[in-house]
Amino acid sequence: MASRTVRLFLNLLGLCTLLAPAWSPLVLAAGNEQVIRPEIKRREVHTDAIDTEDFEIGAWGGVMNIEDFGSNGIYGARLTYHVTEDVFLETTYARTTAGETSFERLSGSAKILTSSERNLDYYNLSFGYNLLPGESFIGKHWAFTSDFYLIGGVGSTSFAGDDMLTWNAGFGYKVLLNDWLAVRLDARDHIFDLDLLGEKRTTNNLEFSGGLSVFF
Amino acid sequence: MEFSLDQPDKDLPVTFAARLRVFFSLLVPCLLLLPAGASAGVFSSLFGNDQPMQVEVTDPYIELHTGAGRGYPVFDVEERGEWIEILKRKTDWFKVRTGKGKQGWVARKQLEKTLTPAGKKTEIRDATFREFSAHQVEFGALGGDFEGADEMTVYGAYFLTPNLSTELSYSKLFSTTSDANMFNIGVLIHPFPEWRISPFFTVGTGLIRTHPKTTLVQERDRDDQLAHVGIGVRAYLARRFVFRAQYKNFIIFNSTDNNQEINEWQAGLSVFF
Repeated sequence: MASRTVRLFLNLLGLCTLLAPAWSPLVLAAGNEQVIRPEIKRREVHTDAIDTEDFEIGAWGGVMNIEDFGSNGIYGARLTYHVTEDVFLETTYARTTAGETSFERLSGSAKILTSSERNLDYYNLSFGYNLLPGESFIGKHWAFTSDFYLIGGVGSTSFAGDDMLTWNAGFGYKVLLNDWLAVRLDARDHIFDLDLLGEKRTTNNLEFSGGLSVFF
Repeated sequence: MEFSLDQPDKDLPVTFAARLRVFFSLLVPCLLLLPAGASAGVFSSLFGNDQPMQVEVTDPYIELHTGAGRGYPVFDVEERGEWIEILKRKTDWFKVRTGKGKQGWVARKQLEKTLTPAGKKTEIRDATFREFSAHQVEFGALGGDFEGADEMTVYGAYFLTPNLSTELSYSKLFSTTSDANMFNIGVLIHPFPEWRISPFFTVGTGLIRTHPKTTLVQERDRDDQLAHVGIGVRAYLARRFVFRAQYKNFIIFNSTDNNQEINEWQAGLSVFF
């Protein structure tokens, strides 16, 4: 009984194995195979080739108030990397020259700093956040995309013969004139400890600037 | 709509390294051209992409924003079956031109639901974890503590193999009595570059120039040589970003033969290319 069942099973299996190729889609397809195969190569398109404009480089100028030393013209350059639509990283370098303190003016000849010590330059690395994206309208026909952002970071300031650790915080407004050109207005506070007469004092140094930047 | 086959070969993937090279070579002319108020033609030839790629909309519709961000208003929609040209990219937004000539910005999520002329899904590739395990160039900024002094460091690294890299770093130090500039060169060994949190060991040498505060002491600037050993980790975050934390033990070879031992702790962010 058992051997008959086994034989029957083996017969069926053999039949199936023989017939299987005849039913496979491969053989069916081979039946109406084309003699000439058109060799069309699809051109592969990669999004890698798309021009990515996540960097922004700019030059700017403005006014910086060095605490006790008056307000003076300042100019600088910056490089920005836009990580996402919200977040960006920015590095800045700028320089200015401090004026005279009221004490120096009143006393006439007494000078606190030499002329080379009056040069102030700083660099920093800041983190920015685009808080209020939107559109700005000029007249009836012009609309520009714009951004109000918060920015803050850390860096180094050289002034009065020393280098100071400097924190900065502020906000700015950016208007894109087109895809690659932007106008920027910035307000920033630079905070560092100044040690002028042997006594350390925290100073707030405000800066207002405007500039142009290019995306690439 | 037809897809043209006669695009030039120069339309190959642009690597980030190439972009960086372009940036540096463009930096100087850019700064020179800016005040001159250069004409749009000059810039569009420098930065423009004159061979746009075309894709077909397969979602019921896609939205065109006025700017590269979700906060900018939608001013147009394109329906399924329409073809759009991709002009450029800013972060995860793509500027497109529709068949009717309208230009706007489309989010990456929507663009990924379009089809290329070959009928494939439009694939947007970014740096992934795979590149993290085998890249060549890395830049980063770290902040930390140098035996009580505040420290800021920037560095550039070059990977000779996935296991071995060389590094050049510049640090600025601020303490109550002095500030200092420090340069270091080092070799890093990465035993497990394929790990998401990859440890490293480092040895190196450098120079430190200490500048005592002008008002405190009548001392001159001092140059000293130093050497360090260290240990740290690099953790892959996303895209091309890496978190890095490290401990280094420095020995400053003072000119007075009174060697100084310094502990340095730092953490920061790196980008690789």
